Amino acid sequence: MIVAQRKGIEEVKKMVERHSKILIAGCGTCVAVCMAGGEREVSILASMLRMAFKLDSGKKVEVGEITTERQCDREFIEPFDKKMREYEVVISTACGIGVQFLADFLGDIPVVPGVNTKFLGSNEGEGTWLERCRACGECVLGDTGGICPITICAKNLLNGPCGGTNKGKCEVDADKDCAWTLIYRRLEKLGELDHIRKIFPPKNYHAQTHPSRLVHEAYQKEEKK
Amino acid sequence: MTQKTKLQQAFESGKFVVSAEIGPPKGTQIDEMLHHIDALKNRVDALNVTDNQSSVMRLSSLAVCKLIREQGGEPILQMTCRDRNRLALQSDLLSASVLGINNVLCLTGDYITIGDHKEAKPVFDIDSVQLIRAVRDLEKGRDIAGNELQGSPKFFVGAVVTPEADPIEPQLLKFEKKVKVGTDFFQTQAIYEIDNFKKFMQYARQFKTRIMAGIVLLVSAGMARYMNQNVPGIFVPQGLIDEMASAPKGKALEKGIEIAGRMIRQLKEEKICDGVHIMAIGKEGVIPDIIRAAGLNGSR
Repeated sequence: MIVAQRKGIEEVKKMVERHSKILIAGCGTCVAVCMAGGEREVSILASMLRMAFKLDSGKKVEVGEITTERQCDREFIEPFDKKMREYEVVISTACGIGVQFLADFLGDIPVVPGVNTKFLGSNEGEGTWLERCRACGECVLGDTGGICPITICAKNLLNGPCGGTNKGKCEVDADKDCAWTLIYRRLEKLGELDHIRKIFPPKNYHAQTHPSRLVHEAYQKEEKK
Repeated sequence: MTQKTKLQQAFESGKFVVSAEIGPPKGTQIDEMLHHIDALKNRVDALNVTDNQSSVMRLSSLAVCKLIREQGGEPILQMTCRDRNRLALQSDLLSASVLGINNVLCLTGDYITIGDHKEAKPVFDIDSVQLIRAVRDLEKGRDIAGNELQGSPKFFVGAVVTPEADPIEPQLLKFEKKVKVGTDFFQTQAIYEIDNFKKFMQYARQFKTRIMAGIVLLVSAGMARYMNQNVPGIFVPQGLIDEMASAPKGKALEKGIEIAGRMIRQLKEEKICDGVHIMAIGKEGVIPDIIRAAGLNGSR
């Protein structure tokens, strides 16, 4: 899932303070799970904004709230088209994908972000997420025991650890595991150490030229027409 | 160039090779560094110049290597993968070659956040193994992408290894890859426990390469304790910490010089490894004293 973190109220307020009709648009998928931009967080942000405006200048603002099931898909945002257009500005608490998608969709209404999008990760226990994938476009997990050296190793090293391994932890952050210690131990257990004895060539960064675009094979011909 | 570098010749002559580390300044004041270079150039086989050491932005290794060359010294260009992508690294290798700098030490590099530009973008486009292979490919007239060069460089290539890494197995796996892609010599992370190092050397001797033990000058007992706690892959035994602590006030540096000299002497006399690389971080002025304490007097 995509993991995000709420922006501070001051930053959000600053982006919308010239408006008086403000809509907060939440997203009910990833950012709801990581407690950054779902229905509950939309409601909290709305209350905080109303209060902040009132305390600050006494300015009366209308703050509306909606939450779509997903903000990265047209079919889920279309039903809110009319409602959204009643406002002067939209704060999207979706990830950066949702913010951009909504901004494109609305066109002439400004859309600003209510969260900072952090990474693609997994839930590691209550309220904790860990980055698991950098979307590099050429997955090597088959060789590395299902542990990603591009993501888990701070230096994205493909051919083994640096000299900074410290009792199996990373020199960059002693709370984090050294990816290559994890990889080595897992492959040792699986009897697959041969997978990492080979020399990995330099990573092909062309596989992730930005912005990436993907058309499913089944749809490629249709698009060419 | 087709002739061997002085460093390579030193190794091939069978002598115990000594290199010293030069840390470029943060700024353009080079007088003190030039003084150190001048004092060391005839006392060691090569001067090894760090590349934005500890991720702190400084004068470049390439420029300082050129200054060493101009002063008649033998430079080793350090190259880390932290700040440059494959284009920049290869371009700098070609540049080094035309400037007459033909020893290169390839390493990953410390991470950005330990240095003084914490918000910078870490590069790590290629890793140290891939960099060493790239050097070897450039020598064959091809770049990483397989394109042909008009004129190819020739290098004597070094890499690093951490004999006290914990765990050691992944470190050795990488060491073997570095050997495989064509590393001429290794310089180790600082070692203090010679018996542990002997065990590493027993293992390393099965490969056709050369090992220079890393000698970091201790300047206080506190420094030794700090390194034990904070620097991965460095282990200072309690005996040495006690010895440093026993030095009278104001004499700790002298004690550190004595210890470094003693270690070097043992490494050489017992033929444990092929040479030493002396790092006297910030105290380059005392390297001649260490060399004297090691009994390596005389010009080289």
